[in-house]
Amino acid sequence: MQSLTNRSKVVSNKQMSFAERTYLIPIIKGMMITLKHLFKKKVTLDYPKMTRPMAPVYRGKHILKRDLNGAENCTACGLCAVACPAEAITMVAAERKKGEEKLYKEEKYAAIYEINMLRCIFCGLCEEACPKEAIFLTDEIVKPSDLRENFIYGKELLVEKMDHRYDITKRQKHLIK
Amino acid sequence: MALIKVTIDGIEIEVEEGTSILNAARQIGGNIVPPAMCYYSSLKGSGGKCRTCLVKVAAGSAKDPRPMPKLVASCSTMVMDGMIVENTSNQDVVDARKSIVEMLLINHPLDCPVCDQAGECSLQDLGYEHGLAKTRYEFKRRTFESTDIGEHVKLHMNRCILCYRCVYTADQISEGRCHGVIGRGDHAEISTYLEKSIDNDFSGNVIDVCPVGALTDRTFRFKSRVWFTNPMDISRKCDNPKCCGKAVAWMSENTILRITARKDQNSEVKEFICNTCRFEKKEVSDWTIEGPRHIDRHSVISQNHYELKPKHAFKALENNAKQ
Repeated sequence: MQSLTNRSKVVSNKQMSFAERTYLIPIIKGMMITLKHLFKKKVTLDYPKMTRPMAPVYRGKHILKRDLNGAENCTACGLCAVACPAEAITMVAAERKKGEEKLYKEEKYAAIYEINMLRCIFCGLCEEACPKEAIFLTDEIVKPSDLRENFIYGKELLVEKMDHRYDITKRQKHLIK
Repeated sequence: MALIKVTIDGIEIEVEEGTSILNAARQIGGNIVPPAMCYYSSLKGSGGKCRTCLVKVAAGSAKDPRPMPKLVASCSTMVMDGMIVENTSNQDVVDARKSIVEMLLINHPLDCPVCDQAGECSLQDLGYEHGLAKTRYEFKRRTFESTDIGEHVKLHMNRCILCYRCVYTADQISEGRCHGVIGRGDHAEISTYLEKSIDNDFSGNVIDVCPVGALTDRTFRFKSRVWFTNPMDISRKCDNPKCCGKAVAWMSENTILRITARKDQNSEVKEFICNTCRFEKKEVSDWTIEGPRHIDRHSVISQNHYELKPKHAFKALENNAKQ
C-alpha cells in the first residue's frame, strides 16, 4: 500500500561495494563536522570563574528588606506563609519593645523567620502576597550544601545587610507608572 | 402570636410580630442577610449605630404600600405585614453600604498585618466584599496610644469603630459597669474610667463582641495568626453558675493558644464564658475536646484544612487530655 506521507524510509538489503565498505567518505564527513565545531563559539561556561548575567527579575534566594532607616519591614503577618504552596515558610512573631523602633518598622516583628529552601519552589507568591514590601526574591542562587539543615534559612541569612543593600526597583517596575 | 408575612429580596417568610427586618432576614439566612457591625442579638439596646445593615423598604405594609423614603437600618426597623424589603437586589443599598464601609474605614488604621483580629474581622470582610483595599482618605487619622485595660485585654482605640457592643456587654453580661465611652463625636473613645482595670468575671467577653481588633486578648497577643491555628470545640464544668463552659480552643499542635466563646453563623456569641475559662484554663487537660469546629469554607481560617486531619490525631489529643 502506498504510504500517505513521505516520512517513511524504504529499507533495502543491497550489497555494499568495496569503496562503501571502507567507510572512508562518511568518516571524513564526520571529522569535518568535528573540525567545524572547534572554531565555533563555545556554549558552555567555565562556571565558578565565570557566570552568566542573571535576569533582574530572576526568582532566586529570598531577602527580607529593611527600610531606608534600616528597620525591618517584615511584620510577621503570615500572608507569605499562607500563600506559599510548598509550605516552606514558618515564623514566630514578637512584640516590639520601647527603644526598638529603629530595628523594626511595625509594632510586631518576626522573631524567627525561616524558609526551607528545599521545600521552596521559587514561585514568588510570597513576594506577591507581602503587604509590607518585606520579602523579595533575588537573582542570587541558593548555595549547595551536603546537609539538609543548611537549607533552612533563618533571619541571619535572609535579612538584608546594611552594607550590602539589594536594589529591588527592577522587580517593582510594574508598580511604577 | 400572629405571624406576619414579609418579603426580603423576593423570598417570602412568616415571622412573629415585633421582629426586626435583620432578624427576619437571618431566619431566611444565606446571602440576603445584611451585615451588622453594631447590632448584637444577645445585647439589649445594641444596633442602630453603624448603618451597615441599611436596606430599602420598597413597600411599607399591605395596608400602606408606599415605599419608605430613605434607606432604613434593618436592625432597628420592625417588620410589618406585607412589607417588601430589598437588600442585595437594590443597587442603592449596595452603593450606600459601600460608602458606609468607606466611612467606617476613615479613622480605622490599615494595620491588618499587625492586628490579631485579622482573619476573623467583620470590617475586614466588609472592606474585602466592597473592594475597599485602599483608602482615599489623605488627612491625619484619629490616633491614640494602645493601652492595657486590665490584665487580659488590650485596647487599640485607633481601630475602634464605636459600635458600643463592649459597653453593653460590660453593662449587661458582667456585674458592675466598669467601662464606657468618653467624649462625643470625633472625640468619643472607649475607656475604663480613670484607667481602672476591668476585672470582673465576664469582662473577657468584650473581646468576642468586638467586631474589629480594638479589644484583643493579651494572652494571645501576636502568638499566631488565626489561620494557622486549629479551632476545636471544647467544654468543661465551670463552677461559675452563669458560665456555660462551652468554648472554642484555638490550638497549635497540642497547645491551646486562645480560648473564645462559641460564635453562631451570624458570628454572635449566645452563651458567654467567664474569665477563668477564657484566660486561666489553657491546658488541654482542663477541657473535654469535642472535635474540630466548623468554620465557613470561605474564611481564611479553613485554609488550614484542620477538619481534614485524620481522626486519630483528635483521639490522641483527647487521650492527652484525660491523662
